[in-house]
Amino acid sequence: MAKRKLLKGNVGLCYGAIAARCNAFFGYPITPQNEVPEYMSELMPANGGVFIQAESELAAINMVYGAAAAGKRAMTSSSSPGISLKQEGISYIAASELPCVIVNVQRGGPGLGNTLPGQADYFQAVKGGGHGDYRLLTLAPWSVQDCYDFMPMAFDLADKYRNPVMILMDAIIGQMLEQVDLHNDFPVTDFPKPWATNGAKSRTHNIVNSLWIDPDVMEELNNRLKAKYEMAQREETRFQEFYTKDAELVLVAYGCPARICRTVVDLAREEGMRVGLLRPITLYPFPSQQIAALAQNGKRFMVVEMSQGQMVEDVRLAVNGMADVAFYGRTGGIVPNPTEILNEVRASFGKPPVVSYYQNTAPCKEATN
Amino acid sequence: MEKVFERTKGLTDTEFGYCPGCHHSVLHRMVAETLEELDILDKTVGVCPVGCAVFMYEYMSCDIIEAAHGRAPAVATGVKRVIPDRIVFSYQGDGDLASIGTAEIVHAAARGENISVIFINNTTYGMTGGQMAPTTLINQKTTTCPTGRNPAVNGYPIRVCEMLATLDGPSYIERVCPTSPAGFAKTKKAIRHAFENQIAGKGFSLVEVLSNCPTHLRMTPIETYRRIDEEMTKVFPPGVFLDR
Ligand SMILES: Cc1ncc(C[n+]2csc(CCOP(=O)(O)OP(=O)(O)O)c2C)c(N)n1
Ligand code: SF4
Repeated sequence: MAKRKLLKGNVGLCYGAIAARCNAFFGYPITPQNEVPEYMSELMPANGGVFIQAESELAAINMVYGAAAAGKRAMTSSSSPGISLKQEGISYIAASELPCVIVNVQRGGPGLGNTLPGQADYFQAVKGGGHGDYRLLTLAPWSVQDCYDFMPMAFDLADKYRNPVMILMDAIIGQMLEQVDLHNDFPVTDFPKPWATNGAKSRTHNIVNSLWIDPDVMEELNNRLKAKYEMAQREETRFQEFYTKDAELVLVAYGCPARICRTVVDLAREEGMRVGLLRPITLYPFPSQQIAALAQNGKRFMVVEMSQGQMVEDVRLAVNGMADVAFYGRTGGIVPNPTEILNEVRASFGKPPVVSYYQNTAPCKEATN
Repeated sequence: MEKVFERTKGLTDTEFGYCPGCHHSVLHRMVAETLEELDILDKTVGVCPVGCAVFMYEYMSCDIIEAAHGRAPAVATGVKRVIPDRIVFSYQGDGDLASIGTAEIVHAAARGENISVIFINNTTYGMTGGQMAPTTLINQKTTTCPTGRNPAVNGYPIRVCEMLATLDGPSYIERVCPTSPAGFAKTKKAIRHAFENQIAGKGFSLVEVLSNCPTHLRMTPIETYRRIDEEMTKVFPPGVFLDR
């Protein structure tokens, strides 16, 4: 029987990693993801795995590189400034075509920023992040259940594509408590790893490398990576839609803002505005086709992010001038409340704003003036 | 006729691309011979650096991972921890190990990681064209200290063995000087000891090899040996710093 537990998103990730048969975790403390290394320091050894608190994020990602090269399921977790430090290693891992999972519990930035929720690392996550032509398959959980469920999916995708997979979340998703069904019905796929550098017994020696002096060979690698990403676009694009069919306006949001937008959709519909929500689950590959199809059907869009506007660029690329794409963003660790998003929606329908109580759950009232 | 010398199985058939007289070639051979002698070729994973020895993966016949600049000890840690019954070593230059990778080597040593590290100190950045290294001697001219290393501007050379020997983590630390037949024999013995230690599960071992770079020192190999004996050993005295 599946166990139900009340867990933080960060802890849900850890149980998910165990369900995914993760062999090794390497990390370095940084708020708001500290529960991950803390729980993993117990869970990994208890499940026959390896845990090391590395000396830095640089070291942690390179330990992941070594463990992945040895053919094991390895992961690391961090938050924005730490993820910046990992970029060199992530680029090497992608170039060497090794699987691994990287969690980014995003905080406010740039710089040291703050430890509050943010989504300003979107570009870094979905466009590659480090140097060179590579991408990370990027998953965006919006619940603690997702945090748990996405880990086995992330490891499977990493193994299938021999590519790093990023779980991109924010401090709210990491820190909030929700009930989780710790089920175990994940598909168990065997991914043979004949390329692993684990001792050349009864075979010729293996090399894990990302140095290609010959330009033709270097381009071959880049073409091979591109082909993988095109395959991922065809096979792995995941998203969720709410009331988009009859919608006039489609909100597009991921992670915590998507949860808030889900509330806004209900509030707007109560007032007779036909509003829907598209929530990308994979940020890369991005659900561009579905967004383009919605644009073709005459919908307009509003993208809501905890950034100055990053995913909105991918929505605009998908829409390709066919429809209006508005944007609403908050930054600095400020989470937009439903009222302020609703007001943006109302304005786009030519309606006056409602009074904001700055209480996310407060009922909305018409402004008196 | 009796065969007295043979190419080790630890090396592939690829010809070394190192400059004539460079220590990298002979040190690769010593590591390869050691792996063959200890019969661990098929259970060893090597981690090569960024530096001239980045091409080690072409020459060694064991499994090899090419690490980012300075990160080899972290990569080796990742490998060793998940497959502890395999033998894991890193092979790193002074720019790699003592400049960009200082944090990784210090912490691998502090953790007492059960790996073997071969550290090639040639007092310069060979691969990028002879720039100043953390081990460049005072007054030594390089392409980025053309008038000689000036402590007021560039600080002082780093003594890796002495520094790591202050830690409780390492098991074996030795600096060797392959400039004579006896020196070569001692170097080989030290490398072998570093691997034997790992097999015995004793923990972190590091062998610093005082080396040359004839190309960028603009010297003949013989002159570089004299320089090692007369100048380098004054700053980097050979010896066993730890063996426990
Ligand atoms: C992050 C990064 N910075 C710089 C370089 C350029 N680079 C390549 S090799 C090297 C120096 C290597 O010197 P050393 O470790 O002393 O080895 P040697 O070539 O002398 O054997 C540098 C700086 C790089 N490849 N990556
Ligand atoms: S540049 Fe120097 S270190 Fe590199 S191969 Fe040539 S002699 Fe050896």
